[in-house]
Amino acid sequence: MDWFPLYNSLRIAAVSTAAVFFLGIFAARLAGKLPRLARGLLDAALTLPLVLPPTVTGWLLLRLLGPRRPAGRWLLETFDLRLAMTWQAAALAAAVVAFPLMYRTARGAFESFDETLADAARTLGRSEAWIFWRVRMPCCRQGILAGVVLAFARALGEYGATSMLAGYIPGRTAVIATTVYQLWRIGDNAGTVRWVLVNLALSGAFLLALNLLETQKRGGGR
Amino acid sequence: MGLSVELEKRLGAVHLEVRFQTGEGPLALLGASGSGKSVTLRCIAGLLTPDRGRIVLDGRVLFDSAANINLPPRRRRVGYLFQQYALFPHWTVRENIAAAAPDRSRRQAVAAELLRRFRLEDAASLRPGQLSGGQQQRTALARLLAAEPQAILLDEPLSALDGFLRDQVELELAETLESFSGPAVWVSHDRGEVFRACRQVCVLEGGRSLPVCGTEELFRRPASEAAARLAGWENLLEAVPQGDGVFLPQWGRTLACGRAVPEGVRRAGFRSAQVRPAPPGAENALPCRVVRVIRDLEGVTALLRPEGAPEGAPLLRAALERPPEGERLLAAILPEEILLWEA
Repeated sequence: MDWFPLYNSLRIAAVSTAAVFFLGIFAARLAGKLPRLARGLLDAALTLPLVLPPTVTGWLLLRLLGPRRPAGRWLLETFDLRLAMTWQAAALAAAVVAFPLMYRTARGAFESFDETLADAARTLGRSEAWIFWRVRMPCCRQGILAGVVLAFARALGEYGATSMLAGYIPGRTAVIATTVYQLWRIGDNAGTVRWVLVNLALSGAFLLALNLLETQKRGGGR
Repeated sequence: MGLSVELEKRLGAVHLEVRFQTGEGPLALLGASGSGKSVTLRCIAGLLTPDRGRIVLDGRVLFDSAANINLPPRRRRVGYLFQQYALFPHWTVRENIAAAAPDRSRRQAVAAELLRRFRLEDAASLRPGQLSGGQQQRTALARLLAAEPQAILLDEPLSALDGFLRDQVELELAETLESFSGPAVWVSHDRGEVFRACRQVCVLEGGRSLPVCGTEELFRRPASEAAARLAGWENLLEAVPQGDGVFLPQWGRTLACGRAVPEGVRRAGFRSAQVRPAPPGAENALPCRVVRVIRDLEGVTALLRPEGAPEGAPLLRAALERPPEGERLLAAILPEEILLWEA
């Protein structure tokens, strides 16, 4: 059995989750500092991929990044990077779709943070960077971890935007989701079942991780 | 040397205008809730920026709107004891204290020393959530001192505690402040606390500060009606000067004051403890009807309606040793114990 789709799925999910981790936290902190109206607008724009069908997100990304589009041409000319139909494109699609989950969970965690802790640290002579890494992040750890798990799970299960932006090229852009569809389409029942089982095992492991995280939170094991 | 504060800030409905100076030892900032006490503290610590003013600590300018100086809180070296202590919940007591020490190499030594001084050695590896209220406050104090502040601000430091624990913690806090060689500002709305802990007091009334005075003076001869109210003066009335006395329109009565009353006087006040049952014919004796008798630990307070006073007029409060017998009482106030204020 060719394990490339599993490896590719994990690689894409890992890369996109890593990107979304930093971007989501950055956006969540930014949203927390903005005035009400600006925050509402930013919030709506950043959450859009969560409510759009992934195919619509994929189509929009294609319109934006296709080699004949300004942004796509700029990438091609400056970095000699042809994004469409590569695994990097799939990672980008997964990141865009998973971003709102990380952003919203992190924002919720930051909002429930007690600002007097930051004020206390300030009066104790501590810098803003110190406060962020040593106080704010550890206090919001549970929420941020939950966001990471959700984003990773979402990226792993991405199909719509990925198939539009990266297609299905065995050994290059094939992931579990697109492989299952392809195998089923050509009538390879045994192959389909194999990959469905792989996917079920993977998803089960993730749900278990999420569950453990939540019990830990409830148990107050901080 | 010391702390000098002069600030103005508009925040919502409150227009804060505060001005005071203090040297060594705690100064009380006394005011009703919503009078701007906490906002004043936050401005001194740099957590809020005043609209205008100047804050100087031991010759260092922390804030000066005219000179465009506004040091960030971390450069002010002003310790702040928060109402709920604001301990870092993810760290142990020892880590909380060590994190505040400025000199990285001496952190553990400083923490060990403060743990011993505040009797927190047994709690050193507990987290704030596992501590009692008293331990939490001691941890907050130790953490504050670890940062080597030049002034200490205390925001209602006893409000999170109650009963016996409160008295105990108050005592410890007073000891800590006595051994601290710098200015301290103790925000409170509890006059008993202020009287016990501070020698100097600045009263905040509706966002405006009154001149700093001695705590004794505030309680014995408050300089304004606002100060009298915060000092717990129970009987405060409208007054119209009338020779050597005042006419009280709310009661339709005149009281002798034993001195010439200046033209500008508009208010009069006296403590309930200065009202005594009197024989007929005594000076300033008011025939009263007993409306209600409140018993408490020290004695009883009688609420009296002077005869002739209409319904809705303020009642006369008298602190008595024994409850009055019968429905009527002749209550007298010594003339020299009536304080008078203009405005």
